[in-house]
Amino acid sequence: MPYVLPGYLPILVFMVIAGVIAVAMVGGSLLAARQKPYPEKLSAYECGFEAFDDARRPFDVRYYLVAILFIIFDLEVAFLFPWAVSLGATRLFGFLSMMGFLGVLTVGFIYEWCKGALEWE
Amino acid sequence: MAPTFFFYLFSVVLVLCAAMVVSSRNPVHSVLFLIGAFFNAAGLFLIAGAEFLAFILVIVYVGAVAVLFLFVVMMLDVDFEQLRSGLQRYLPVGIAVGVLLLAELVSVLVGWHVHPAATAVRFAPAPAGVSNTVALGELVYTKYILLFQAAGLVLLVAMIGAIVLTLRDRRSSRHQRIAVQNARVPGETVELRTMALGGGVPVADILRPRLTQPDAIDDDPLEPTHHGGHHPADAHHAPEGR
Amino acid sequence: MNWALALPEIVLAACGLLILVIGVLRKSDSAQLCSMLTLGAFLVTGLLVLTRPGGIGYYGQFTVDSFAVLTKLLILIGAALSLMLSFDYNDRQGIARFEYPVLILFATVGMMGMVSASSLMTLYVALELQSLALYVLAAFARDELRSSEAGLKYFVLGALASGLLLYGISLVYGFSGTMDFGVLAHALGSPAQASAGLIVGVVFVIVGLAFKISAAPFHMWTPDVYEGSPTSVTVFLATAPKVAAMALLLRVMAEPFGHLLASWQLVIEVVSIASMVLGALAAIGQTNVKRLMAYSSIGHMGYALIGLAVGTPLGMRGVLVYLIVYIFMSAGTWACIIAMRRQGLAVEKIEDLSGLARTDPGLALAFAIFMFSMAGIPPLSGFFGKLYVFLAAVQSGLWTLAIIGVLTSVVGSYYYLRIVKVMYFDAPGPALDRRPSMLGFVAAVTGVFTLFFFLFPGPLVAAAGTAASALFG
Repeated sequence: MPYVLPGYLPILVFMVIAGVIAVAMVGGSLLAARQKPYPEKLSAYECGFEAFDDARRPFDVRYYLVAILFIIFDLEVAFLFPWAVSLGATRLFGFLSMMGFLGVLTVGFIYEWCKGALEWE
Repeated sequence: MAPTFFFYLFSVVLVLCAAMVVSSRNPVHSVLFLIGAFFNAAGLFLIAGAEFLAFILVIVYVGAVAVLFLFVVMMLDVDFEQLRSGLQRYLPVGIAVGVLLLAELVSVLVGWHVHPAATAVRFAPAPAGVSNTVALGELVYTKYILLFQAAGLVLLVAMIGAIVLTLRDRRSSRHQRIAVQNARVPGETVELRTMALGGGVPVADILRPRLTQPDAIDDDPLEPTHHGGHHPADAHHAPEGR
Repeated sequence: MNWALALPEIVLAACGLLILVIGVLRKSDSAQLCSMLTLGAFLVTGLLVLTRPGGIGYYGQFTVDSFAVLTKLLILIGAALSLMLSFDYNDRQGIARFEYPVLILFATVGMMGMVSASSLMTLYVALELQSLALYVLAAFARDELRSSEAGLKYFVLGALASGLLLYGISLVYGFSGTMDFGVLAHALGSPAQASAGLIVGVVFVIVGLAFKISAAPFHMWTPDVYEGSPTSVTVFLATAPKVAAMALLLRVMAEPFGHLLASWQLVIEVVSIASMVLGALAAIGQTNVKRLMAYSSIGHMGYALIGLAVGTPLGMRGVLVYLIVYIFMSAGTWACIIAMRRQGLAVEKIEDLSGLARTDPGLALAFAIFMFSMAGIPPLSGFFGKLYVFLAAVQSGLWTLAIIGVLTSVVGSYYYLRIVKVMYFDAPGPALDRRPSMLGFVAAVTGVFTLFFFLFPGPLVAAAGTAASALFG
């Protein structure tokens, strides 16, 4: 199998630095800060009285629709990546096949636009 | 040596994250551990040289699917304790299935031998000199074009399905209809009238601007719907200067 | 490279895109127009399927032979019949939206791809296209609790089965290095060549596909999904996808894994026996006619699997004859079930059929014909389906299967005859609503086929025989 790992060394360095900084911040707070939690301090603040209800609202299904539409177009973009880098080799045929795929998804886009799925309110 | 070290590192963290997904008390923690598991799996793919798969795992799985999980977990009032309460009852069956699968795995792996002709049958060695993504691209859009278009159709059906099942018509809100607004012609909306000096505005003569497409949907339900009729507000005016 | 082999599917998909755009751009209600256009698209596709030459194309991933042609025609007929039955039903249930025929169309495209697959990848992608459209259709009546439950159950269990199928495919690929059916058949020339891992992979593939044809013990989703979905969707579920999944199973077992018959024959036999027994016994206590038909379809798939267990061209011919007969029987029965409405609401209990012979003799006669045919009583077409399958089993020496088949047939005929008894001998209840003419038309066409099949079985059986030998060619 091709050995591509050395090319990703910068990412490893990045992650190590990010990890070090995060650990340093949390660890510093653990070491240097005075922490004496008790249940009263940790409970939710509700203007002076005890909280009697859950803070969650009923789930609005519009968020779900937006997320699903995002996933679908994200997958379309995922198909576009290899096509973009290999177009030199696949030439006209590869171009036309991607146009067909994009055509199908454009029909889907027309459908969801005209149905009003892109309007929030 | 370095790949071996990273392989064990990613694998161990992946298995730990996976175990924490299942056993964590807080559902949000579970999803975050799942994201950690995805990242480690992407690392494993990188070690194997499948760069494109690693990218897609991070972009699609973490960037879209895990976000959707977080939506649902944070917005739905899931009673996690009640969901997980059956552990004692189902433990024996779970252990039995697990042991069975383990036995199967062991029996298959123990009898593993590489057939001498196997390497000849292998059709898709990775081509040298091009990166993984380019190699994939050269195949998918040419040799596997039928499957590629079928995948496009699957995405279309998913789109139709999501809209059919969740889109509700929200008639109570007023949309801006930009095409209608842009197509407005001054002649329909503003009317110039010559008035006599000192004369008042003839009450009964004032017309509402006439829309080109009287559309019942855009009517404000609180106001009367007649166009060009009398205004109830004009009842307050004393007719002046007539 | 023979791109034009997939022309029927390409044309059908293009029509689907066109119909979707037409439906969404029309401001007013467009369900009727889109349904008519979809029927037209099915007709055009059927003509294309009949007249195009065969071959293998797309680098060996897609094949058109007489087996594919026959099963595609059956799928198109099933889809067209169920679409015709949905016109009036969807209107009255308040779910008449233009996406319905579009989803049926795309499911049909997936099904046509499934039966033409000659690579494991094509199989999987086409199967997912069909399944996804069906999950959405099962939940189509989104304001009804039962329909949402049916869609959710179907989706979760279907996704699990697809996962198992994909696991099996990856094991087969891992242990053989190829996904192409022809190359697999060549590489697995002698049973000794197959390692244990590959056999495990084949078993997983069988499990995944057995779920799709609702064979026991992977049948758990069938009663709930059939009962909960809108009945127009249930008609579709009971006809076309069954044919497609069974045809897919036939092709997968015959072409790449044909030489491994000794390894998977026992698995298919066990599944077949379980399906037949369950289909016969579990339906006896049912009061809901949709659930009863769900269990009966499990039983029918058990009988059809006998022909697959045999593994010879004769057995495959038996399965194909069974499928031909089954699709018409099933469509006709469901047409009669859709006609069961009282005061504007659909009724589903068997008692609601009491005395139908007096209030609606035509419907009762059609229902009786289909019930007798399902029980396998000669000279109706259902008998011929069972005949050819049992014949193949006996000729290959699989006596157990044939005997269990006959016994479960007898036991199962109890609930079919009970419906006939309720219709003809029970005191009549309030009359059912007047049924639309389209239902009468579908019931008449399928009833005539079921009744007079015994006069000209030759051409269809011969077509099934050619198709079966194409699998082994």
